[in-house]
Amino acid sequence: MYAQIVKSEGAKSRDEMSPEEIAFQERIDRGEKIEPKEWMPEGYRKTLVRQIGQHAHSEIVGQLPEGNWITRAPTLERKAILLAKVQDEAGHGLYLYSAAETLGVSRDELLERLHSGNMKYSSIFNYPTLNWADMGAVGWLVDGAAIMNQVPLQRTSYGPYSRAMIRICKEESFHQRQGYDIMMKMCAGTPEQKAMAQDALNRFWYPSLMMFGPSDKDSVHSAQSMAWKIKINTNDELRQKFVDQTVPQAQYLGLTIPDENLAWNEEKGGWDFSEPDWSEFFEVIAGNGPCNAERLGARVKAWDDGAWFREGLMAHAEKAEAARRAAVVAAE
Amino acid sequence: MSSEWPLWEIFIRGQHGLNHRHVGSLHAPDAEMAIRNARDVYTRRNEGVSIWVVRSNDITASSPSEKGPLFEPSNSKVYRHPTFFDIPEEIGHM
Repeated sequence: MYAQIVKSEGAKSRDEMSPEEIAFQERIDRGEKIEPKEWMPEGYRKTLVRQIGQHAHSEIVGQLPEGNWITRAPTLERKAILLAKVQDEAGHGLYLYSAAETLGVSRDELLERLHSGNMKYSSIFNYPTLNWADMGAVGWLVDGAAIMNQVPLQRTSYGPYSRAMIRICKEESFHQRQGYDIMMKMCAGTPEQKAMAQDALNRFWYPSLMMFGPSDKDSVHSAQSMAWKIKINTNDELRQKFVDQTVPQAQYLGLTIPDENLAWNEEKGGWDFSEPDWSEFFEVIAGNGPCNAERLGARVKAWDDGAWFREGLMAHAEKAEAARRAAVVAAE
Repeated sequence: MSSEWPLWEIFIRGQHGLNHRHVGSLHAPDAEMAIRNARDVYTRRNEGVSIWVVRSNDITASSPSEKGPLFEPSNSKVYRHPTFFDIPEEIGHM
């Protein structure tokens, strides 16, 4: 879901595969992990770079809507918690960039592709966080949706990606719980505070459903990614799971899911719900969401403003290394 | 285009008495900064008591395509495993 639209080649039938590709597919079918320098089809490598890169970018850009509230947190404890959470997101981005780099793409190249708009990040981060209740809704819904997607990806076929996901999942549950904790507090507060919580749910519900990406029932891209085990569940399966998990949590808070078609379906053992507005989703992906320009602008500015610092530290390191070598030579 | 900070491989000793274990990699200008960054990236929840950092370029790895021949010598020596030998029941634990 942090990688919503990842283009990949169509699934190949066995007859179309080369002997190497057949052996590769058999390794994946046996549940073996693929490691960085081993042979892999070019399509596998490219799709993974896109997917892991998109995921990494989402973690990094995802710091912005929450970072906005660090200085405005209602208590020192909430501030410390939010700070720790946003720091985790930076860490998650770094694990994932490192995983992508094992596929032969450089960190700077990935960032350049983000900054130029060639690579995407999750649509969810192009929505504004207007008040403190949004910190609750983001942790509860956005991180909740992220966990839905990331838990199965721990079993993905590419070793470094799988290991990054395992680390991330260990930390992610803190994120969702701190969000739900904020929602509980607000829902137990004044009527105005509860109204803020409801408003945040209203605004984040459909964008959260969009995080899983459009229905992929007929998508050839998905078929290939699933054969390669770089996608484990369909977008629709994960979205359904998310709704089934979240509805009782909203009921506990005494909040209403903003969907008049929401109804328990005994037959499927899950909730029926309305699809989000997919035209809005494609608009946001295309760069026309409420905060696209602001988010990307903040990333580019941070990169440009940090150039002197990166170069300065590198120059210092080179100078220190030269001095160390000179001292070694002199001692000999 | 500025020069990219070099890549470092990070090894963490999780507890006293255990080996350092590879946990991932990161970019840093020098070894000192690599350790500081590793602390923030890989030990935010008390995961370590010691950190090693090694320039990725300084690591020599065996080639995946030579996996077969490289490890063949041990494959064919099943007698290196204690389970190769049948010890009578009445001897007990050995």
